[in-house]
Amino acid sequence: MKLTNLLTSAAVALGLAAGAAMADTTKVGFVYVGPVGDGGWTYEHDQGRKAVEAEFGDQVETVYVENVAEGPDAERVMTQMALEGADLIFTTSFGYMDPTINVAKKFPNVKFEHATGYKRADNVSTYSARFYEGRAVQGTIAGHMTESNIVGYIGSYPIPEVIRGINSAYIHAKKVNPDVQFKVVWAFTWFDPAKEADAAKVLIEQGADVILQHTDSTAPQAAAQNAGNVITFGQASDMSEYAPKPRVSSIIDNWAPYYVARTKAVIDGTWESVDTWDGIGAGMVEIGEITDAVPAEVKEAALAIKDSIANGTYHPFTGPLKKQDGSDWLAEGEVADDGTLAGMNFYVEGIEGDIPQ
Amino acid sequence: MIRLEKRPQPSRAWSMATPLVAVLATMFFGGLLFAVLGKPPVEAIRTIFWEPLFGEFSFYYRPQLLVKGAPLVLIAIGLSLGFRAGIWNIGAEGQYIMGAICGAGAGLAFYPADSFLIFPLMVVAGALGGWAWAMIPAVLKTRFGTNEILVSLMLVYVAEQFLASVSLGLLKNPEGFGFPGSRNLQSWDSAHNAELIAGTGMHWGVVAALIAVIFAYVLLNRHMTGYHIRLTGEAPRAAKFAGVNPTRLVLFCLGTSGALAGLAGLFEVSGPSGQISIDFNVGYGFTAIIVAFLGRLHPVGILLAGGLMALTYIGGDIAQSNLQLPAAAIQVFQGMLLFFLLAFDLLTNFRIAIGKPEVA
Repeated sequence: MKLTNLLTSAAVALGLAAGAAMADTTKVGFVYVGPVGDGGWTYEHDQGRKAVEAEFGDQVETVYVENVAEGPDAERVMTQMALEGADLIFTTSFGYMDPTINVAKKFPNVKFEHATGYKRADNVSTYSARFYEGRAVQGTIAGHMTESNIVGYIGSYPIPEVIRGINSAYIHAKKVNPDVQFKVVWAFTWFDPAKEADAAKVLIEQGADVILQHTDSTAPQAAAQNAGNVITFGQASDMSEYAPKPRVSSIIDNWAPYYVARTKAVIDGTWESVDTWDGIGAGMVEIGEITDAVPAEVKEAALAIKDSIANGTYHPFTGPLKKQDGSDWLAEGEVADDGTLAGMNFYVEGIEGDIPQ
Repeated sequence: MIRLEKRPQPSRAWSMATPLVAVLATMFFGGLLFAVLGKPPVEAIRTIFWEPLFGEFSFYYRPQLLVKGAPLVLIAIGLSLGFRAGIWNIGAEGQYIMGAICGAGAGLAFYPADSFLIFPLMVVAGALGGWAWAMIPAVLKTRFGTNEILVSLMLVYVAEQFLASVSLGLLKNPEGFGFPGSRNLQSWDSAHNAELIAGTGMHWGVVAALIAVIFAYVLLNRHMTGYHIRLTGEAPRAAKFAGVNPTRLVLFCLGTSGALAGLAGLFEVSGPSGQISIDFNVGYGFTAIIVAFLGRLHPVGILLAGGLMALTYIGGDIAQSNLQLPAAAIQVFQGMLLFFLLAFDLLTNFRIAIGKPEVA
């Protein structure tokens, strides 16, 4: 392959040039699927980038490109960053998986970190957060707080990560409120304020007084605020501008420690390809402040769940649990293994409706 | 007093000059915008227009221009035929999606067979998929007089639902751990629309775009159908007297643009993109409308316009990364280009006159 050779030699030449000219600067690139001002997913990744800059100062140079479509555009943006001398590139959306692998093949000396995917290589790590741990806390609050017993859930795409979240939230809502019912709307987007607002309105019209979202904008928060007696949870980011109500708590993705650690590894020359899946315990998933709109005893119950997950005494997927079709999944006391969780494509018993296919 | 005066004849000079003037005006006002944002304006403009073509890494960006421009040109050529005759296919995005689904589906049905027949089959299926999707507004228009603008546009959203559905069900990669999206065609040689000459960006879609340009040129200038298209657009009444069959024209224009959009989708899914996924479409079908008008609905113009559009995309991404320009600023910049083009276009048919109107 001529192009591969060209690119590789260019990369090598650059590496040499970079090594000679600016031995001290490590260049770190970030590819974002949304705008940095989305207030959710991409915003938090960008906070991580800023943390890297704050930590290492002149030792690093960071660059980012926002709103990059998944597919050939992503591949081009990554290639461009690698050509321009990036040493480490974070690709922060599931759909960047194959492009990341393709580009990584051409630049063996550049390290890549792909968020939420499952394909790795010698110079490609993957990382993700156990958001479902946070969902357990949200589900507990939701189960206590709902008066209509209808909890609305805005799903993005029916992928394992999102289905895990729905299951975890449902299991814990059901534990504290056996009558609870989940209504799921699939928005088929990560970030589209108009669609998300529509989904929230539909759920509220169907009687939901708690809205959980797995999409990244604050539009559902605004819709809940307009509707009045509806509570929501910040997604990916704290979304505290909607506190104390409708937003009563949140899941915050805290990528900063991971990004700082990985950048340090590149600087020190100790970087290795790994698969990281951290949760509340490691601080990758944070629970935003539970506001006073939630009664004290509910808050206490939620924090108890959070603490037990954090110190490892409790796993959100602990048997007995059955699948939606009634078949057995986990026996009494049995804990779900990571493999099953990673590929989760079924609802647990009690959730109505089908996963789209 | 400054006023606009209609020219007796459209100005040929202005017709040729407006795209260039529009680009210059965009550079100037875009530069101002970048300066206000606190970025070096000259450096930014240079990065967008110069870097991809002649910069340090142009060996990589030049082929990427072909990759990015080819689907735009292919779709825009098809659209321009209808636009010239006043037949408005706004739904090329949907036809692009359906072409990709049908083409990829036809190929994946034979996975993992190894045959040189698979790719041609996919090409035919892709074109047919786009064609069939465009036939819906065409037949509805010719049978029931529905508005093809609305129907074709709405069918984009239907096609997007189809795309989501097959990504999650019918075409989902059985080895994908439950994640949506088809197998990656790039790793299956029989279906891979690979580069014809490595490192050039030349894939079958680029070839098809160039052939389409030539065919459209010949069609419009040397062929009866082309003459009918032009006549219907310029003088509908005369066309009627000349015996142009409007039903046939609608079917031909929508069908051709649909088939070309479908081909673009197929070449994309089997080549640069590699797989059917929920977010497979990135707006080529809509951007092609801009390209068609930017290119004056003329085949050669469209070829140049597609190149220019690809340049601003690729250069825009480089500017984002190197100068940390916000993505929104790049989009404003691209919008300016179309705005100035349409604004200066006025001068083709009007001239600016100073003083009082002369009384005839």
